[in-house]
Amino acid sequence: MQDFGQAFSLAFQLIVSADPMLSEIIFLSLRVSLSAVIIASVIGLGIGATVGIVRFPGRSAIIVFLNALMGLPPVVVGLLVYMSLSHAGPFGWLHLLYTPTAMIVAQTVLVTPIIASLSRQVIEDLYIEYREQFLSLGVPPKMAVAALLWDARYSLLTVALAGFGRAIAEVGAVIIVGGNIKHVTRVMTTAIALETSKGDLALALALGLILILIALSVNATVSLLRLNASNSAYA
Amino acid sequence: MRIPTSRLWCACAALSLMLGLLLSGISQAEERFIILQSTTSTRNSGLFDAILPRFRAKTGIEVRVVAVGTGQALKNARNGDGDVLLVHAKPEEEAFVTAGWGVKRFDVMYNDFVIVGPANDPVGIAGLRQAGTALRKIFQTQAAFVSRGDESGTHKKERALWEIAAVDPLETGGRWYREAGAGMGATLNTAVGMRAYTLTDRGTWLSFRNKADYTILVEGDPQLFNQYGVILVNPAKHPHMKAGLGQQFIDWLVGPEGQSLIAGYTIAGQPLFFPNAPGGE
Amino acid sequence: MPSDVETLQPERISTDPAQSLFPLKVRQLVYNVGKQRLIDGIDLTIEKDRRTIIMGPNGAGKSLLLRLLHGLLTPTEGEICWGETPRVDQARQRQALVFQRPVLLRRSVGANLCFALKLRRYTRAEREERLRHILELASLSHLADRPARVLSQGEQQRVAVARALVLEPEVLLLDEPTVSLDPVSVEAIEELILAVHRRGTKIILVTHDMAQARRLADEVVFLEQGRVVEHSLSRQFFQQPSAATAHIYGSSRVVL
Ligand SMILES: Nc1ncnc2c1ncn2[C@@H]1O[C@H](COP(=O)(O)OP(=O)(O)OP(=O)(O)O)[C@@H](O)[C@H]1O
Ligand SMILES: [Mg+2]
Repeated sequence: MQDFGQAFSLAFQLIVSADPMLSEIIFLSLRVSLSAVIIASVIGLGIGATVGIVRFPGRSAIIVFLNALMGLPPVVVGLLVYMSLSHAGPFGWLHLLYTPTAMIVAQTVLVTPIIASLSRQVIEDLYIEYREQFLSLGVPPKMAVAALLWDARYSLLTVALAGFGRAIAEVGAVIIVGGNIKHVTRVMTTAIALETSKGDLALALALGLILILIALSVNATVSLLRLNASNSAYA
Repeated sequence: MRIPTSRLWCACAALSLMLGLLLSGISQAEERFIILQSTTSTRNSGLFDAILPRFRAKTGIEVRVVAVGTGQALKNARNGDGDVLLVHAKPEEEAFVTAGWGVKRFDVMYNDFVIVGPANDPVGIAGLRQAGTALRKIFQTQAAFVSRGDESGTHKKERALWEIAAVDPLETGGRWYREAGAGMGATLNTAVGMRAYTLTDRGTWLSFRNKADYTILVEGDPQLFNQYGVILVNPAKHPHMKAGLGQQFIDWLVGPEGQSLIAGYTIAGQPLFFPNAPGGE
Repeated sequence: MPSDVETLQPERISTDPAQSLFPLKVRQLVYNVGKQRLIDGIDLTIEKDRRTIIMGPNGAGKSLLLRLLHGLLTPTEGEICWGETPRVDQARQRQALVFQRPVLLRRSVGANLCFALKLRRYTRAEREERLRHILELASLSHLADRPARVLSQGEQQRVAVARALVLEPEVLLLDEPTVSLDPVSVEAIEELILAVHRRGTKIILVTHDMAQARRLADEVVFLEQGRVVEHSLSRQFFQQPSAATAHIYGSSRVVL
């Protein structure tokens, strides 16, 4: 198909011309997915640290549950969030449906289990290593948790990246709760879905290429961070 | 080891809440907008991009279009998640108003459905004047046909046509009848990929970019008529909705300016919709 | 060097310093993992003043015993009683354990020591002063900014000992602390241990090094297969080892 070549040149043109519509979409994509990942990290790390460190009855059931939730289909999340934010739903009074906030909520729900589950593993592994030493030193719990999170920060950054990857790439949830409204809730993935449904495959693919570029630059930024901190020595 | 779990959670919750409020604040700044629940075929035709900026320029009201299948649009509107409904499934629309969910239904415009297929037309339906006959021929030769299969207006129209053709495609159980379960554009992509026939509205077809060698084979049958209606969601059911702004939009759309803009919207010189609001022009 | 060590000493923080940790009494101590009886009925009484050296072949249970005494493991049977303190974990807060395989945080050497210092209520200035001081004592100053995990085995062990010392414990439990050290460092660490002991810190040290045992021991506990084979003052241990000990260290008799 000639669409491939066309897509590449189109992607190039879009970037070079700094298409205002495109930059708006990119900005919204980043804003939604980064906010979702930040919120999900706060919640997910809380859950991950709690489940990773504290032994309580039903703990392994929760771990299995969290692991299963990692495979939550975006559409299902979108549907659940739609039903809660819909004016007929319990949180309709917030008037959040079809806003970027609703998309952030949906992606947060989608990403939180991933961050909780992966960070639980990371923190638990480190905790097993540090446990006796911390006990011996008499490290107070708060300080111990802080130390675990800090010492695992590079692994946890990778965990957050995994969450970001899922958030920025999903379309099923944001299209339902955001509505793919032009200038308001249109992000990269919903724009790609739209162009595909219009049969403009070249433009859709061009947007896809740009999405890959964005994901790449976010990942590159983070690995630069890690390199600068000569993390290998600290890992 | 004991962890100060509750403190940790309080901190988490507070932080998320702060972020959430901050972000929702940004998005709520603009208040003069309405949500228009509409269909993918209308959105994909490009009509909204052509006419809505004019409405905004005139009134300052932003119309935010959510495009889903007619079935879902009706459901969303019933949930109060929209102020105005613009769809094309007249019986369902009338039922919606009768049930009290909508205030009143207005005809806005029409276009028509067409049957499209590969240019070489293996079944030989090109030029038939009757959609029913064409579908019957497709069934008899067991040529591939892709259906929307998503309870959309187009899907409902297609089922009505099969009834006219006296064929129940689901009963016949052949592998020739495929349900895409997707929007119009996605269904067209599927049909082109499978070299199958399909039914589409003219608007989507004209603006569709992945036509390959596909062309319109059957058109002009009065049965293929596709009427669009606009409804204001009933504020009595959903007090939060913006009835005033919504009514302003409807008045504009069925009034002279909206109607002439609809008539003036063309792709490659071809009009996509024909205004027929009672009060317009 | 010993004069430097003086400044490291207490003002101690403990649950109730009035409660003496001694004598340490171990009664019929048993520790099982599954059906394996790893500590098999140990009886011991250990007094405060002596430097106690624990010896025995690999797998005898020396490290397990230290963990049990430190309250990191819960005995299957029997009891451990640190003087007047009612619970082992209370006694633990007044002790420090240098593990056989030191666990250092994924941070710089300085940050590792700082972490321990933060456990005590020092002001920032005090912390920095003490940090500088202990780095010097353990000859680690040049490594302060190095990530702890990339240090050589011996350097890591020195960091672990230094970390235990900044806590200013009343009891110092050391599990083969000099095993990978060069002779100069061994001497330095032994000096530190002796100095700390002079200031009143109880020393319980596990080692395989006969010469070290001779240099440091006031008394020796000899373990084998989870049992105490011999518990005697060092003079007796080294001059007239019991038949059982001699048998176990058969070929090493020359050293004994
Ligand atoms: N968690 C455990 N599960 C099973 N066996 C264990 C466990 N911990 C220790 N052991 C066993 O208990 C025995 C004593 O272990 P310990 O580490 O105390 O030996 P050690 O006397 O310190 O030996 P070394 O001189 O090699 O350090 C060993 O045989 C070891 O395999
Ligand atoms: Mg050992």
